[in-house]
Amino acid sequence: MIRNFGPSEILFLIESARWTLLLTFLAAAFGACGGLAVALARVAQTRAIRNFATGYIAVVQGIPVLILLFLSYYGLSRAGFNLPPIVAASISLAIYASGYLGDIWQGAIQSVPVQQWEASASLALTRPQQYRTVILPQAVRIALPPTVGFLVQLVKNTSIVSIVSVVELARAGQLVNNATFQPFPVFITVAAIYFVICFPLSLASRSLEMKFNAYRGG
Amino acid sequence: MPIVVVDNLRKSFGPLEVLKGVSLTVERGQVVALLGRSGSGKSTLLRCLNGLETIDSGRIEIAGHKMDYAPRPLRELRKDVGIVFQSFNLFPHLTAAENVMLAPRLAMKIARPAARQLAEEMLAKVGLADKLDAHPDQLSGGQQQRVAIARSLAMQPKVMLFDEVTSALDPELTGEVLNVMAALAADGMTMLLVTHEMGFARNVATTSVFMHGGLIHESGPPATMFAAPRTPEFQQFIGQSLK
Repeated sequence: MIRNFGPSEILFLIESARWTLLLTFLAAAFGACGGLAVALARVAQTRAIRNFATGYIAVVQGIPVLILLFLSYYGLSRAGFNLPPIVAASISLAIYASGYLGDIWQGAIQSVPVQQWEASASLALTRPQQYRTVILPQAVRIALPPTVGFLVQLVKNTSIVSIVSVVELARAGQLVNNATFQPFPVFITVAAIYFVICFPLSLASRSLEMKFNAYRGG
Repeated sequence: MPIVVVDNLRKSFGPLEVLKGVSLTVERGQVVALLGRSGSGKSTLLRCLNGLETIDSGRIEIAGHKMDYAPRPLRELRKDVGIVFQSFNLFPHLTAAENVMLAPRLAMKIARPAARQLAEEMLAKVGLADKLDAHPDQLSGGQQQRVAIARSLAMQPKVMLFDEVTSALDPELTGEVLNVMAALAADGMTMLLVTHEMGFARNVATTSVFMHGGLIHESGPPATMFAAPRTPEFQQFIGQSLK
């Protein structure tokens, strides 16, 4: 039976967007923790730690998100961890996010002038104190615009997990299309919902960038 | 007993030997002006004194500490040896008062209210009692440099190092910084400064040290050194500086 594309279908799509948002949130939260660890490891004083972090970023960035997803969904279940699809999806997206956020944040940490390290070291601060009170607060301002920009990519990339039958926005669009055979209205609605999520983030990224440039110039 | 002892200090950057066996002693309360052309090693010498540069050989003792690059002894040394830089290096995300309070709170474990009071005192000392809550980008270069001096003084150091602290300032702003330094010298602070301010070196410093080619070429009281240079290099140097 072919259904019509009506208000209840639209509501279904909007409700599915909650999973998109949840996936983005989980991936961003865990990816941020991992990313911070990777960024700090990348600027560590021990060469072995730096090399490990560099390798991690290279590997994560060199693998399609889809393969990370297959690895955590099929691979981990084969290894005995029977993870619900949403968890496997979150893990793979978090790993993907950690690889990129680690890279962005390492750059931000390193763009804090070396004189800030020297001045704070000369004031007898420990290295953790230097990071906490002098380096990271400045790195955050530098990193904020590209980080928000990356979140836009993350929102869009959550659509990939539709493949392991997590009914998020993209998968919901497919389901509705299969029932209605009205691809244009269905996927234009899906696109519009993605846009409504992503566009404010893009705007925020741009205005943060302008604010940061003003701060630098002043 | 001298408060600074430098003995046969050598330091290279790659193939370039910058310090070729420098020896120097400084007594408590002395104000030592390090003079010389750029590349003569004077800034490197200064930066070796608080461990910002590691040395290749030789010995440094300063404010009762033997130079030791392990983190903990190095921090103990740096509590007693303040440094002020050419480019101020204030923390741009903190106010003037917060810049001054940071190290007393974290390194000296002074509680926030007491640290705030200390910051008020130190900023008043450099004539910036009204700028406590200003951010560095709201201050002139001279004001920023005075905040940097207050930030170092808040640690109550025994020795202060000044690395070309007026070189990045417009001429009309150097005076306010030099006045603060002269007051500090009059208070009895032991100071070593790399400077191009010949007036300051002659009138405020108790000792002038002329560096040339990675070595101390000539040193002594400024009055006699400037009146009767013993080496042609120093004579030429002051000749150029006065032009």
